[in-house]
Amino acid sequence: MAHAATAARPPERGLDVYTQKVGMWVFLCSEVMFFAGLIGSYVVLRFGASSSWAEPNEVLNVTVTAINTFILICSSVTMVKAFAAAEAGDQKGIKTYLLATTALGALFLGVQVYEYYELIFHQSWAGSHGFTPQAGLYGATFFTMTGFHGFHVLLGVICLGWATIRAYQGHWGADNTHGLEVLGLYWHFVDLVWIILFTIVYLI
Amino acid sequence: MATIVAEAPGQATGHAEHEQSFLRKYIFSSDHKIIAIQFLFLTLFFLAVGGLLAMMMRYQIAWPDQPIPGGGILPESMVASGYILPEFYNALVTMHGSIMVFLAIMPMLVGVYANYLIPLQLGTHDMAFPRLNMYSFWLMVPAGIITLASFWVIGGAAGAGWTLYAPLSARPDLTGVELGQVMWLVALIFIGLSSILGSVNYITTTINMRAPGMTWFRMPLTIWALFITAILALLAMPVLSAAGIMLLFDQTLGTSFFLPEGGGQPLLWQHLFWFFGHPEVYILILPAMGFVSEILATGSRKPVFGYKAMVWAIVAIAFLGFIVWGHHMFMSGMNPTLGLSFTVSTLLIAVPSAIKTFNWMGTMWRGNLKLHTPMLFAISFVALFAIGGLSGVFMAATPVDIYIHDTYFIVAHLHYVLFGGSLFALFGAIYYWFPKMFGRMMSEKWGKVHFWTTFVLYNLVFFPMHGLGMVGMMRRIYDSTGYAHLEGIQDTNQLITVAAFGLYLTGFIFAFNFFWSIFKGKKASRNPWDATTLEWQTPSPPKHGNWDEVPVVYHGPHEYSHPDVLDKDWLAQNERPDVVSPAAGSH
Repeated sequence: MAHAATAARPPERGLDVYTQKVGMWVFLCSEVMFFAGLIGSYVVLRFGASSSWAEPNEVLNVTVTAINTFILICSSVTMVKAFAAAEAGDQKGIKTYLLATTALGALFLGVQVYEYYELIFHQSWAGSHGFTPQAGLYGATFFTMTGFHGFHVLLGVICLGWATIRAYQGHWGADNTHGLEVLGLYWHFVDLVWIILFTIVYLI
Repeated sequence: MATIVAEAPGQATGHAEHEQSFLRKYIFSSDHKIIAIQFLFLTLFFLAVGGLLAMMMRYQIAWPDQPIPGGGILPESMVASGYILPEFYNALVTMHGSIMVFLAIMPMLVGVYANYLIPLQLGTHDMAFPRLNMYSFWLMVPAGIITLASFWVIGGAAGAGWTLYAPLSARPDLTGVELGQVMWLVALIFIGLSSILGSVNYITTTINMRAPGMTWFRMPLTIWALFITAILALLAMPVLSAAGIMLLFDQTLGTSFFLPEGGGQPLLWQHLFWFFGHPEVYILILPAMGFVSEILATGSRKPVFGYKAMVWAIVAIAFLGFIVWGHHMFMSGMNPTLGLSFTVSTLLIAVPSAIKTFNWMGTMWRGNLKLHTPMLFAISFVALFAIGGLSGVFMAATPVDIYIHDTYFIVAHLHYVLFGGSLFALFGAIYYWFPKMFGRMMSEKWGKVHFWTTFVLYNLVFFPMHGLGMVGMMRRIYDSTGYAHLEGIQDTNQLITVAAFGLYLTGFIFAFNFFWSIFKGKKASRNPWDATTLEWQTPSPPKHGNWDEVPVVYHGPHEYSHPDVLDKDWLAQNERPDVVSPAAGSH
């Protein structure tokens, strides 16, 4: 089966992108469809029968969430810096920025948990005490969308924590950046979904 | 291992041959071939289970006033004093469809053959992400266990139809089913995740891990079909997951996404489900079409007629498949103009499907036909799928569909495309690739017995259903004998049931042939069918890693009866670089 031509023949280039990156992009397409299903349902339910839907700032704490959004965006910036540091072989930079990204991501989650607590225990809605998933379609859609987003953030924070630990073991460097790049792609995606969610759920 | 050269950017960099434990080699294996065989055993099992459920349904339809033999072994909640209860009948209807679609046909087409064939036909060592592949299989196991267990909980298995329409599916007080419905949704979430992760593997491997010379238009049509199918699954299954999660919350958390009394919309469920559901049925047919193209070319000793048209037809079917979902909802009260737009897009799909059908016939035309078992199944696929497709044309027209919706006409259609189509192609594929998988041939004699008995009995079962639907026999009903407009159909129903029992028995012929041949079949050579694609240019079965050296590809996938090759009627993709292929293959 071996031919003399084997060594000289170039391989099929595909997309000229390394496999793990292709895989992450493909996976993210499926995530787009998942959130499209949830967000699309929200749009249909809210703008199709808008009478019983309160304005966002009557129920939700838009200010705190806006700050939280900023925190998440900052974490994307630190992620980019971490990857840049890895490409440059800057070990200190890798550690610093990965730690920062993990911390900011965890902070985002913490604020979300606080927000959920406030809504469930202290926010009144339509006369009843507590804004819960059972608080009409508003509560159902709100908690489902933000909850699944939060779940994806949690998975991201866990992976970031693992990557940070590896950074402190000197694992990442100019010759080993793929894992960080792929993780970064996921993290940016999670951030992007949040920006869309924040706009549609909190601002409109 | 050190001789591996000319590797594509994504190729595995050759792993050391180390002795693995039995557990790592055969149970928790990351070898795509083992995973494929694991899927095969799992799906054949669920095919048998799904068929058994149908047999119980058919008994009830034919003899609603008589106790079912052997019914005593089932609990009183299912079969009371020998009579199938209406609630249990609903569970049978629901779970027959659900198990056949999600645990039998889809994973057999994709989980088995995408896994087995993609690395082999592309000329690479394994999938892009072998461990992820292993998780894909093992996610199906709890799904299967939960599904089977759901029959035995209080309230029984899910009973709102495989389509899970709300509010019926969301409210336990309407069906009497609570836990069973939840369990099916949980199983579905596992299945969806398995499918999505699998798709990531199939798509990435196809894009990035093709052997040198394996350009896009030299890929076998099977790979094109599986690749496009994976894209469909990647984009459609998450929508089902989202919808399923919302339905689960309606059932368990007290939300009302689909419940009108809470402000929700039942119609939203239908849109979400069918937005997934229509691409799903193309997931269920495209791989089958790929297998048929392959088997017909090999069995006719001719290249596939119009290879590029076949590729674009697959792409067109997949793309159009995303904009026709409303044809499942013509009875929902939609604006007739919207109905018209769905009619037009649905009828359009007939065009690429017809192109494929004529190209299959063109492939066989004046070929040197080898009518072995795989070929018989592949040829009958063309005929039976054509019948199923033609009935689809009737259903595509809104005014006609208003009449035949939810009748046995639809049941006839779906079984012609799913059984006459997908399952016949799967049988062909199993017989065809069995030698490669297990290193032995299945019995050709018993294969032919299986084929002819299946073909005859299958048509006796499903063809009359067209007529039953036209006179108005409704789907999913427990007892059709009380309706004035259905007087006179009981004879037909009984004929169908008897034929169906026979059809189920033919499965035993197949099963016996299959399992016996694994151990005692005639030893297979590396290329018993004289086929051109790469999997046949390596031993049967291939070793772990498939090749020492990745092959180099010089020709298109179906170079049979090449005019410049005089000593044989086939040209393997990786041999004779000096022979130039006349067919359109980009170089």
